[in-house]
Order: sequence, then C-alpha cells, then structure tokens
Amino acid sequence: MPYDEALERFEPVLGLETHVELGTHSKMFCACPTTFGAPPNTQVCPVCLALPGALPTANAAAIESTIRIGLALNCSIAEWCRFARKNYFYPDMPKNYQISQYDEPLCFDGYLDVEVDGRTVRIEIERVHLEEDTGKSTHVGGATGRIHGADYSIVDYNRAGIPLVEIVTKPIPGTDRLAPEVARAYATELREVMRALGVSDVRMEEGSMRCDVNVSLMPRGATEWGTRTETKNVNSLRSVERSVRGEISRQAAILAEGGTITQETRHFHEDTGTTTSGRSKEEAQDYRYFPEPDLVPIAPDPAWVAELKAALPELPRVRRLRLQQEWGVSDLDMESMHNIDAIDLVEATVAAGAPPADARKWWMGELARRANEAGVPLVELAITPDQIARVCAMVAGGALNDKLARQVLEGVLNGEGTPDEVVAARGLQIVNDEGELSAIIDQVLADNAAAAEKVRGGKIAAVGALVGGVMKASRGKADAARARELLLEKLGVSE
Amino acid sequence: MSAITRDEVAHLARLSRLALADEELDHFAAQLDVIIGAVARVAEVAADDIPPSSHALPLTNVYRPDEVRPGLTPKEALAAAPAVEDDRFRVPRILGEEA
Repeated sequence: MPYDEALERFEPVLGLETHVELGTHSKMFCACPTTFGAPPNTQVCPVCLALPGALPTANAAAIESTIRIGLALNCSIAEWCRFARKNYFYPDMPKNYQISQYDEPLCFDGYLDVEVDGRTVRIEIERVHLEEDTGKSTHVGGATGRIHGADYSIVDYNRAGIPLVEIVTKPIPGTDRLAPEVARAYATELREVMRALGVSDVRMEEGSMRCDVNVSLMPRGATEWGTRTETKNVNSLRSVERSVRGEISRQAAILAEGGTITQETRHFHEDTGTTTSGRSKEEAQDYRYFPEPDLVPIAPDPAWVAELKAALPELPRVRRLRLQQEWGVSDLDMESMHNIDAIDLVEATVAAGAPPADARKWWMGELARRANEAGVPLVELAITPDQIARVCAMVAGGALNDKLARQVLEGVLNGEGTPDEVVAARGLQIVNDEGELSAIIDQVLADNAAAAEKVRGGKIAAVGALVGGVMKASRGKADAARARELLLEKLGVSE
Repeated sequence: MSAITRDEVAHLARLSRLALADEELDHFAAQLDVIIGAVARVAEVAADDIPPSSHALPLTNVYRPDEVRPGLTPKEALAAAPAVEDDRFRVPRILGEEA
C-alpha cells in the first residue's frame, strides 16, 4: 500500500534496538585484539573459543564506556547488576550461550532528544546493557548466500567476544507520518553521541553500529498497539528510514485486507527497500537466561559514576544549539546541515576564518549539490574546510566573484590543486583592470547595437542583457556590478 | 504434584536439540522432578536475614585492564575443529530444523 494511504488509515509505533561495538583494544571477556578485518580466526583464544576450563574476566574499559553511554543518554546507572547467560544453539557463539545482561541492565530509564522537521522529539530509552558480540558466519551453497538454502556455514570467531552495547528505546508512539524520519534522526543522533564520547567508531558499513527496527501499526484512533515486527541489522542511516517506510506500507496492506501481522524477525533488502520474513520470534525467545556464574556482579561506586558524569564531553545536541546561536541560523537551517553531516565542516570552515554565512552557503549549496551528484557524503568531497575558507577570503577581498569561486571549487574537486593554484592555472582573477573592462564593454556595445539603443531610449532593464554579454566575453571574470555602472555611463543613462 | 511436567521436559529437549523418545521423556521427567525437589529444599532454609545470592564469592567489580595479549594462531584455534574451510570452522547448515 502506498505510504501516504497507509498513514491515512494507520498509526505507527516504533522501537529501536541499536548495537554498538565498543572501540576497546581487547575483547569483553578476554585479552584478544579487536581489529576489524583481520584474517579469520587470528584474534581468538581459549576464552572466546569456549575451550574447556577457560573463564571470562570483564574488561574495565568496556564497563566504563557503557556507563558513560548511559550517562550521556540521561540514564540511571545500576548500583548493582549482573551479567546473564543467554542460551541458544547457534554456532555464532562457540559457548552455546552469549554473555549478556537480562533483567539487570547497567543503565536504564533515559532519553535522547532529536530534532525532526523543526520540532524536538524525546525518545525514551528503556535500557543500555553490555554483552559480547558474536562470530561471523558465512553461508555456503544455495543460490542466495543467505541462511535459507545454504548447504553449510563457515564461522570466523574474531568478532566473538568484542564488547557490544545494546541500547533499547521504549515504544515510540505519536510520530505519525514522520516515523521514518524520527527513526533516522534517532540513529543519527545516537551515532553522534557515540562519536562525541569516543567509545566506538560507529561505522555502520562495517557493522560496528547496527540497528534493529521495530514497527507496529494500529488503526487510527485505536488505543491498543498492533503486533510488531523486528527488522534486523539495518546497515545505514538511510536504510533505517527506508525500512520503516517499507514496513509501514507492507503491514498496512496486510491489515487493510483483514490479515494479521506475524510477530517475527525480518531482513531488510538494500536494493528494493523491502523486508522479507526471517525466523519467527516465538521460536527464538526461549533463551533460558540465568545469572552468569563465571562473573561477579558489577557495583559501580556512585562517586566514580558522578566523576564520569562530570567529565562527559559537550554532547552533540548541546553543541548544535551553541553553534546555532553563534551562527545565527534558523532551526530548519541547522537541521538541514545536520541531516547531511555538514555541521563539523561548517564549524571547521568558520574556525579557518570564514564568516558563518559564507561557510554555510558553500557547503549547503554548491558542495552539497556536487556531493549529491557524485552520490558521496559531503565529508568525502576532495576539498577541505581550510580551502573553502580560502575561497571565501578571496571572494570577500574582491579577487573572485561567486561564479569564479564555483569554478575554483570545481578545480579543487578535480584535483587541480589548492584554490590559489587553481586560480593561477585557470586564470580566474576578476578583471580589475578598468582599461580591459572598458575594451570588453565597447566590443559588447558594438555587437549588441539594438540592446544598446533600447537602454539609451530609457529601457534600463535591457542593460541586463549587455551585462550578460560582458560576463560572457570576459568568461565570467568581470565584476558584474562595475560592468553595469560602466555600461550605463557609456550609454549616457543614469538611474 | 510434579514440579516439572512432561511437556516442559519435551520443550527443554527441543531447545537443547535433544531428540528424546516418548519413554525417555517419561524417564527424564521423573528424574528431573526429583532433582528440582532436592534443589527446592535449599529454598526452605533461606531465611529473611540471608540475602538471595547467585554467586559463592562475596566479590563485586572484578575487572582486568583493557590490554591485548596474544591468543592462539589460526592453526592452534582450528586444531580440534571437526571440519575446517578457509581458516574457518565449518558447521552443518544452521536453520535445518526450522526451515
């Protein structure tokens, strides 16, 4: 069912579970390294392979990072809690269980505020708990490379045991048609909080941040929430948004025909923006959790927690509000900068000496357009904030106009060198030589006698065409305002 | 009354990937019932002044510093694996019984 029609009939309720791999040097319960992309089974030991007799010991840095995440998300920190065994038979963990936390999470009852469409949405956080990541399975045989239809699987345990923080929201009602955007804004904000804390590299494409997206629908006006599905491991911010949109349409179509939604795990497909059924949830939920007997309880000293809280860095939203004030821009301008990850770039450009309005104009205009055309994130353009600041300075100093500046940016993006080198190599200085400009104007007047006559006759608006001619003849290097003055002067017309 | 039903034993067997025959279910249900009964006797001695505990050690916050130490080589790691392919553990198809 088309999304708009789905939203006319149903209201969505969202929920997000986000897994973040911590950037510790060693694993959660053993001293193996955690480097991404190492050859298979080179970062393993008796503990993370679950060899008989091996015992886990908890990583102090992972405990600290988890508490800091909880504090940054305005959570209460447990005074006492335990790890728990989550039992299941699945070869991604060689122990046949995963050490996780169950009914005693380290952090609970927090919130994260996000901006969507000019308003603030408060996302309530249910819990933040610490567990270990699983190994990586590759499914061999079958047509699709997926679990279903595979003949067998091969497993690399390098990732097994890397500290993993799970952040679970409370159900999020009331987002209405903005549900996809709210989901994305939340994931974006969460990623920035992690970056600000320095606890993870949060690379979604490498799996160090993964979102599971829960969606349910209820008929408009209903008070009881519908059955939800959980779409697993959505691997980009864009996919978070698309998966919510796609799942709302899918569920609405089923419900509208009188069908029922099965509570299940679903897989998101990047190519089509749709989900397909995974395992049914009932099947998987009997994990027989019990307190982990190999580890003693966690009881963070409240004084230490207070110290960690006091030492938190400026959080992204607070920073944005500060920058918004400093730059004097609207909520929506700030949000659009945020949406394309332009804030850091604009801030760095301002720090390099550009006025905020100019820095914003280039990044959000010409450069955003080029990034969009090239299909790359803004930050990956081959141009630096320092270089943008230099171009701004040249425009402010009168050496370039905006049109020439765009050519300079193009040159820099093409790898032709620094802004100064591009200006020199392409000869992009504004024509400041009055003699040269005067000669160009004379030629343009000679070539456009009819237009010149109109202006002489009092149709001052017609001078625009002549200015255009001067700009063209000078290949954009003339100062348009000065050219206009000179043209009118030569034609003996005053405004 | 039994502390554990035959159906619950069948459910546990399925979760544990144990293929138990009907007579085995009867047999183990009775045995597990005795075991649960024995464990329940511990609960009887728990008094109000004894806090519930999941651990024998009166310790909290036992951590190790975040330092890397060498583990096993792939050869050592895979030495006892029943099957190996591309330096990975080869395992039977995963969702066989659910598909």
